[in-house]
Amino acid sequence: MTIQRLFIANRGEIALRVLRTAHKMGIETVLGVSEADAASLPARLAGRAVVLGPGPSAQSYLAIDRVVAAAHETGCDAVHPGYGFLSENAAFARAVAAAGMVFVGPAVTTLEGMGDKLAARALALAAGLPVLPGGEAETAAAVAERVRQTGYPLLLKAVAGGGGKGMRRVDRAQDLDAALAMARAEAQAAFGNPAVYVERFVARGRHVEVQILGDGQTALHLGTRDCSIQRRFQKLVEEAPAPAMPDDARAAIEQAAVRLAQHIGYRGAGTAEFLVDAEDFSFYFLELNARIQVEHPVTEAITGVDLVEQQLLVAMGHPLSLTQAMVRPHGHAIEVRINAEDPDADFRPAPGTVRRAAWPAGPGIRVDSHIADGGEVPPFYDSLLGKLIVHGATRAEAVARMEAALRHLAIDGLPTTAPLHRRILADPRFIAGGVDTGFLAGLNPTEPQP
Amino acid sequence: MIPDLPLTAEDVAEIAEILAQSGYRELDLATRRFRLRVARAGDGSAEGTTQEWQWAGDAPAVAEAAGAEAVADPDVIASPLPGTFYHAPQPGAPPFVAVGDAVTADTVVGIVETMKLMNPVHAGRAGTVAAVLAANGALVAKGAPLVRLS
Repeated sequence: MTIQRLFIANRGEIALRVLRTAHKMGIETVLGVSEADAASLPARLAGRAVVLGPGPSAQSYLAIDRVVAAAHETGCDAVHPGYGFLSENAAFARAVAAAGMVFVGPAVTTLEGMGDKLAARALALAAGLPVLPGGEAETAAAVAERVRQTGYPLLLKAVAGGGGKGMRRVDRAQDLDAALAMARAEAQAAFGNPAVYVERFVARGRHVEVQILGDGQTALHLGTRDCSIQRRFQKLVEEAPAPAMPDDARAAIEQAAVRLAQHIGYRGAGTAEFLVDAEDFSFYFLELNARIQVEHPVTEAITGVDLVEQQLLVAMGHPLSLTQAMVRPHGHAIEVRINAEDPDADFRPAPGTVRRAAWPAGPGIRVDSHIADGGEVPPFYDSLLGKLIVHGATRAEAVARMEAALRHLAIDGLPTTAPLHRRILADPRFIAGGVDTGFLAGLNPTEPQP
Repeated sequence: MIPDLPLTAEDVAEIAEILAQSGYRELDLATRRFRLRVARAGDGSAEGTTQEWQWAGDAPAVAEAAGAEAVADPDVIASPLPGTFYHAPQPGAPPFVAVGDAVTADTVVGIVETMKLMNPVHAGRAGTVAAVLAANGALVAKGAPLVRLS
């Protein structure tokens, strides 16, 4: 089949990102927006925008019936879910198919298997991938039982989760009850499911993930991304390929990801996330994100592959036109997330109005953002204002380019993570490459002087 | 309709490069729909280029949140940030505090959900809850009164 008219069931920069590729491919677009986003940039640039409901996500972006009805009534033949919201929701994918439209994503069975961390773990084990000790826990007693297996420190994760929501690190037994209540509340609010998962916490770990592409028959990888710089388990800086890692260690992780993708007959773009020991490069499968990732542009920068285009082609039923040998990454790419948050106030989210947004520009620089002068950041959604991506022939060149770009970035009207990124770029550990997930805690608290 | 997107990241990079090689400091491109200003920033070794976009049309309507006026009353616990105020950790659970409860500075009196994160609100001082001012599930502005102590 050919997609004639695509419904985009998302907002912000990723809605704009999907619009761009649809435009390039000559596909018509309809964007579903909340009332709070009715005048947003993606709504203005889409072929057509329809209002799904009020600002709160539960009444708009997460309202399956409204999204499917809007897509159907506007004559769309496919739905792109972006990331977050309904992107990995099997009930949504099923409802889209039941309405006679194509869901741009993997098979419903894949979403069911990968949306549940426990089932994902079982599939990974069956595919021969290593996993961490831990498991799901419904009740307080079950949590206590899991804690006996994992010990402290441990991680609480939302079973239905992703993106750091509902995730808490617990170091001491006396903190468990409070952390559990918060994790369950966040999991309920973000995913509609309060169930949590208890897992051993590896002290010196790196977060390395592999971009995969599959057409249901065959699968390949587009190399690694390192996303070790996180706060509250949300990524802040991502780079491709994973730096300061032996080639054979990188290859082992890439091959494990492809093995999993082949084992489950993966269709579309996905990301296999691994925890990698910073010292010996042993690795554990964490989860498979069955969607486009926020940080996908770093992979696009080094491979030249448009991942959204690949998603749409696979959704149309085309076999992969790429082979593993055709994927020839070159250079190094880094992305920083510019969020509306105050890094000096524990990353407190800061919704509001952006008076002026001067983003960097130039060779090797890409900005994916829906925020221009006067842009609104509603309090209902996540705090991402935009992504600044640089590409260089070497990692050193990419680091230098990012450092210069950040110096000229100016977002006025609300606090952003930009000052934090300037500190990260000035840190000798980051410049050397290969930092672990504890990096931020050891960061110099003052911004470098120009 | 096929979406109408004016310039790609590559286009902007190209414009920036043309500007860098010219004697000009700024390029201002205005159409009916948008205005793009590509400008040199900094000087000497810190030279760089920025892009700034303005889009035609009305500014988005912003929903009025309760309590836009910040409160200075020392007895009132104000919302530290805008968001949705909740009395209890989850639906159906007992509220964090009720009228008459004694609190210490560290007592959690509610949660403000902002951008999908749950932010606990602490009492900030010892006292007794006199009134819970914001409704459960209410959209509150930064500084909006949440709880009154006595």
